[in-house]
Amino acid sequence: MPEQLIQNGRLVADRWQRLEMSEDADLGALSAAPILLPASLWCARRDQLLARTGEIGVSLAPGFPLESLAEDIGRFSLIAVEFPKFADGRGYSTASLLRQRYGYRGELRAVGDVGRDQMFYLQRVGFNAFLIPEGRDAEDALQGLTDFPDTYQGAADQPLPLFRRRAV
Amino acid sequence: MYHYDDYDRSIVSARVKQFRGQTGRFLAGKLSEDEFRPLRLQNGLYIQRHGPMLRIAIPYGQLSSAQLRTLASIARDFDRDVGHFTTRQNMQLNWVKLPEVPDILERLANAEMHAIQTSGNCIRNITSDPFSGVAGDEIADPRPWAEILRQWSTFHPEFAYLPRKFKVAISGATEDRAAIQVHDLGLQLVKNEAGELGFTVYAGGGLGRTPLIGQKIRDFLPWQHLLTYSEALVRIYNRYGRRDNMYKARIKILVKALGSAEFARQVEAEWAYLKDGPQTLTAAEVERVAMQFAPPRYARLAAENLTHLVDQHGEKAFARWVERNVKPHKVPGYAAVTLSLKQPGRAPGDATSAQMYAAADLADRFSFGEIRVTHEQNLVLADVEQRELHTLWQQAKAAGLASANIGLLADMIVCPGGDFCSLANAKSLPIAAAVQERFADLDYLFDIGNLALNISGCMNSCGHHHLGAIGILGVDKHGEEWYQITLGGTQGNAARIGEVIGRSFAAAEVPDVIERLVAVYLSHRHAGEEFNETLARIGLEPFRAAAYRKDAEIGEPAYA
Ligand code: SF4
Repeated sequence: MPEQLIQNGRLVADRWQRLEMSEDADLGALSAAPILLPASLWCARRDQLLARTGEIGVSLAPGFPLESLAEDIGRFSLIAVEFPKFADGRGYSTASLLRQRYGYRGELRAVGDVGRDQMFYLQRVGFNAFLIPEGRDAEDALQGLTDFPDTYQGAADQPLPLFRRRAV
Repeated sequence: MYHYDDYDRSIVSARVKQFRGQTGRFLAGKLSEDEFRPLRLQNGLYIQRHGPMLRIAIPYGQLSSAQLRTLASIARDFDRDVGHFTTRQNMQLNWVKLPEVPDILERLANAEMHAIQTSGNCIRNITSDPFSGVAGDEIADPRPWAEILRQWSTFHPEFAYLPRKFKVAISGATEDRAAIQVHDLGLQLVKNEAGELGFTVYAGGGLGRTPLIGQKIRDFLPWQHLLTYSEALVRIYNRYGRRDNMYKARIKILVKALGSAEFARQVEAEWAYLKDGPQTLTAAEVERVAMQFAPPRYARLAAENLTHLVDQHGEKAFARWVERNVKPHKVPGYAAVTLSLKQPGRAPGDATSAQMYAAADLADRFSFGEIRVTHEQNLVLADVEQRELHTLWQQAKAAGLASANIGLLADMIVCPGGDFCSLANAKSLPIAAAVQERFADLDYLFDIGNLALNISGCMNSCGHHHLGAIGILGVDKHGEEWYQITLGGTQGNAARIGEVIGRSFAAAEVPDVIERLVAVYLSHRHAGEEFNETLARIGLEPFRAAAYRKDAEIGEPAYA
């Protein structure tokens, strides 16, 4: 099974071009098509990238200091959060902060070791897109979105905790 | 007792269904062992020496008699008729079969129980004082707060993959009976000068490889902010706790590395964003939960004079049981009674199904149908009429639940160790049994008096050996099982980590060494002095000398 992208609960084709560039790469050759770059590259080459027209997305490695992007969040229409191993849960806090503190409203994509059994929590902290890696079943992953009928604590998807919603 | 409403029920049932699916996919080969591991762990399922071990949550140690019967029935139908109560107020089953676990979880769910987050790198079962609601020194009942935290932490989406496990304990009394200073997050209910309720917050305590006492990071957190503050604290840990080395991944290492002041500052800075947000607790919610822990309908009774009561019966065994196992109660005419799970010939903390059924019956007959589990691995009937004590004692005795040994050396805290646990360096149960046997004489035990002896089979310290006045730790030396001894550990308000006395001992030597250590104490103690007090006065040296003395008469080497 090839890699598949889920966006807002549906399987879609990925319109983003992913660039693995080093921080001293030549940026002059970039087309105007939507490109997804490592966030570290954005930070290193911010001025040049700002001069370019076309959509930009950034991809955050687990330990990336999110605070350094605070000013720029509104410039991105895609933020990818990387999960090299699903047991590394830093990306869940990253997503919570992006949605609830920085007010990011664009596509928030979970990338890497994600699958059915992470979907519910990922969606709760604010992910609305999931790149299901090769070998995993995206249809199956979609099922994970509905694992629980309700939740106790507030999160990005429902900021009100159950105790503020409970019908008594 | 907290009772589930429809929301709680539907969430817990959904979990059973989810885990049934996950187990099915694993058994069908669609989930790899690596993918399945964290999923089963977050449902309390380990793979141990003999196969899967299931750890069932007993939130803050509270059970109804019906729930205890459910545990008994599960032990009977899915295991070998025995359950093990742990130092975190949970119950473990050592012989379950993986394909049956979803059925066990379903039976638990029907009794408003679960095994959610009893393992894995997430927020674990919240523990508390087994005497909550009845202790005379209580500032406020910790149970409603523990339940509120239970709900907040259950399936918290941001904190399911923390660097390492995260344990919370909460105490509502002036005497800490919940070991809050050796938890990742320790909460002490307090009142400020204005009489408002709040929490003193401790973080970064823990045992294990690097035992540390928790640091106070906030003097007073008004109750409204319990969840937002906890969320800020766990978020800081999730983001900045170490993930490169599992032995350095607990929050205590982060607190230590940053210093408690800097850690507290970071938490406060994070909290500033969350404070007064939607997760701020409301009086209505606290009231809704607290109502479920309202005191039972106590009879209006005169306080009995226990000495008279005991004299009346003229039975030494009863007198001893009252002395050790019966604690005062804030309501006149009532007492809190500990049913000991420490009997010769049984692993400490183990209860057979028959004993669990019996304890449930005792709870119904004598204590409003409720029962608590202590972190010392015993059971408590918290609301017993004093005038019923003798009848209760007789019935408890018949069920093998009336060993008069609470707080004595025989009331050891012991982890399952190498007989069951795959992480163990050494067995702990045979050591416990050998020491039990050596100190079988009750007169001797009573003469020694209060003495905490704790045994762990490895550095993970599930047996809290660091906190024992005498601690025994199983260590591995070139593939052999050895035992290191620490002295002077203390739990509670003045929590203290015990000190290693020196080289470790072979299993066969341990009972002798313990006996010598106790002999040093007995020969040096002043009237009324407990082991740790004598130790503090005379120092470690006399104990060390006795422990390592070569005994020419017996001709055995005392050390290796
Ligand atoms: S202390 Fe070690 S041996 Fe004992 S139960 Fe914990 S992990 Fe297992």
